[in-house]
Amino acid sequence: MIALTNVSKTYTIDSDQKFTALRDVSLTIGDGQFCAITGPSGSGKSTLMHIIGLLDLPTAGKVIIENTDASRLSDSRLSRLRNEHIGFVFQQFNLLPKLSVLENILLPSVYARHKLTYDPVKKAHYLLERFGIAEKAHSFPNKLSGGQQQRVAIARALIMEPKLVLADEPTGNLDTATGDEIMKLLAELNKEEKITIIIVTHEHDIAKKTKRIIKIKDGMIEK
Amino acid sequence: MNYFIFILKSAVFDFSRNKGRTFLTSLGILIGVFAVVLLVALGLGLKKYIDQQFQSLGSNLIMVMPGNVVSNGSFSGSAPIGISFDNKDVATLKRVPNVDAVLPFYVKFLTASANGNSKSLEMLGSTADVVTAMNLEIEYGEPFTKADFERGAKRVIIGPNVADKLYGSSPNAVGQPIKLSDQAYTVVGVTKSKGGGGIGGSSIDDRVFTSYTAMYSLNPGKKFYAIYLTVNSQDNLTQVKTDSRTALLKRYKPDDFSVVEASEFLSAINSIFGIINSILVAIAAISLLVGGIGIMNIMYVTVTERIREIGIRRAVGATRSDILTQFLVESVILSVFGGLAGLILAFLATLAVQSAFPAYIDTQSVALALGVSSAIGIIFGVLPARRAANLSPIEAIRYE
Ligand SMILES: Nc1ncnc2c1ncn2[C@@H]1O[C@H](COP(=O)(O)OP(=O)(O)OP(=O)(O)O)[C@@H](O)[C@H]1O
Ligand SMILES: [Mg+2]
Repeated sequence: MIALTNVSKTYTIDSDQKFTALRDVSLTIGDGQFCAITGPSGSGKSTLMHIIGLLDLPTAGKVIIENTDASRLSDSRLSRLRNEHIGFVFQQFNLLPKLSVLENILLPSVYARHKLTYDPVKKAHYLLERFGIAEKAHSFPNKLSGGQQQRVAIARALIMEPKLVLADEPTGNLDTATGDEIMKLLAELNKEEKITIIIVTHEHDIAKKTKRIIKIKDGMIEK
Repeated sequence: MNYFIFILKSAVFDFSRNKGRTFLTSLGILIGVFAVVLLVALGLGLKKYIDQQFQSLGSNLIMVMPGNVVSNGSFSGSAPIGISFDNKDVATLKRVPNVDAVLPFYVKFLTASANGNSKSLEMLGSTADVVTAMNLEIEYGEPFTKADFERGAKRVIIGPNVADKLYGSSPNAVGQPIKLSDQAYTVVGVTKSKGGGGIGGSSIDDRVFTSYTAMYSLNPGKKFYAIYLTVNSQDNLTQVKTDSRTALLKRYKPDDFSVVEASEFLSAINSIFGIINSILVAIAAISLLVGGIGIMNIMYVTVTERIREIGIRRAVGATRSDILTQFLVESVILSVFGGLAGLILAFLATLAVQSAFPAYIDTQSVALALGVSSAIGIIFGVLPARRAANLSPIEAIRYE
């Protein structure tokens, strides 16, 4: 379970100019949920997702994840939580161009702090198979289509068997058909593997495919 | 598990994509390590060579040399030039108590020939005592005698290398004629090989000895470049030194000559080499510093080019120290690569000069070269790596 209480995020632009991207956000997302965060551009969706994903810390409020208050954790504890419990999927795929598809998928396992109970290489091949891109294992990302790259990114997000997958505009760089396939894949993961999935999107059609929609405007959650 | 393989792979990939840049960056370290290792090798080789030369001298030996070679056990500025000694000085020194033998030295570099072979070498004219004073052993034939000396007989003892070059072997040389410069001499004995040295043409094994009287035709001024004294006992060395000095001061000014023990001379030479070597190494070290700055510069560029990658790695769980390690490893690889290449070049260079100069690379220089280049990698890599490590994951991942 993820619980945010009175979370605010204020960016300091210069000495006398501040910008509050999130204002007093309180939110609970239970295990195994499939939800969307929507809102207009600049409303604070990505900011919220980064805070949930422990990539960024709030300026005020609490972020409880795995029963611990993240705002009190050290960099290495936060990194370990990201590594073990959270998978990220980005609009720009964010694969490393110099690593092969297989190596990209294995990247999180390189930073694992404990010995995995399974063989990550086998798991990576299984995911590639499942996502229908088995033959691309040794290709490099720039040789793949957008949809294929996003599948690789999802496989990378899943390699550590996380409880939570965060996807920021996962369909934003894809055509509608490919975007729908990616959404189907995420829905399937939520249903079959009970992974909590949070999607950030400004497209209503995409949001509708989830089970819960969290609307955000000017840094505040709309009821 | 395969953490380091991954880190190495990303480093190697980055280098292979930027071959030219990698090479140029390593070049600074390469030149620095090359210069340091080569200079140390030359210094060490020379020192080893000189040590060998002195070890071949007998103990209980005092050397009287022109110029102020040594003062208070350390080197003094004035070079050993100026006066040269003559028979009057020899007579003076003979009167000093406790002196067993007085050996004036005349040295000439010349060409020896026999049987149509020739060899350039160093010819020493001294007394019959030179054999014992310089710890020479006669392997074939016999030493020249006091009688030879008194007659100025043109008889020589030659080193085994000279015998091999001119007559094919040492036993063959005994009794044979030898032409030194334009003078005819006869070989009476061949010394036993002392080994070592053998490079640069003036090892004991490459020399020709005769009596100084037999060299007067090559030394019309009857001058000597040095006079050696053998002392009857180790205990009298200091006394003999003082007495010889006092005796010579009647004729020369204090700074015109030096009276030293072989060991003193050796330590003076060693300290000169120590100083020259450290100055040269310090100059070469500057290029290592410049190389290090080059590495730092390129590492900053690399970090900036890869901010996005850093963000991605942080998002999937890399800690600050993981990122720090990654970039430190890269800068160490870069610098050790340069160091290794410099070491290999220095090694090749010492091989190349080996025939003319006894350069010598010891394991310590190898360890030092690799140690120093790793240290440079770490020292100059740490700031760029820290910059990479301290980037906020979010800003890094959003970086365009
Ligand atoms: N580092 C920053 N410094 C200052 N302002 C920032 C920073 N990051 C984000 N903001 C501001 O915070 C607000 C929310 O940004 P955020 O990226 O969360 O929006 P978003 O809802 O994801 O928008 P989009 O749909 O366009 O991606 C924006 O107005 C943005 O300009
Ligand atoms: Mg956004």
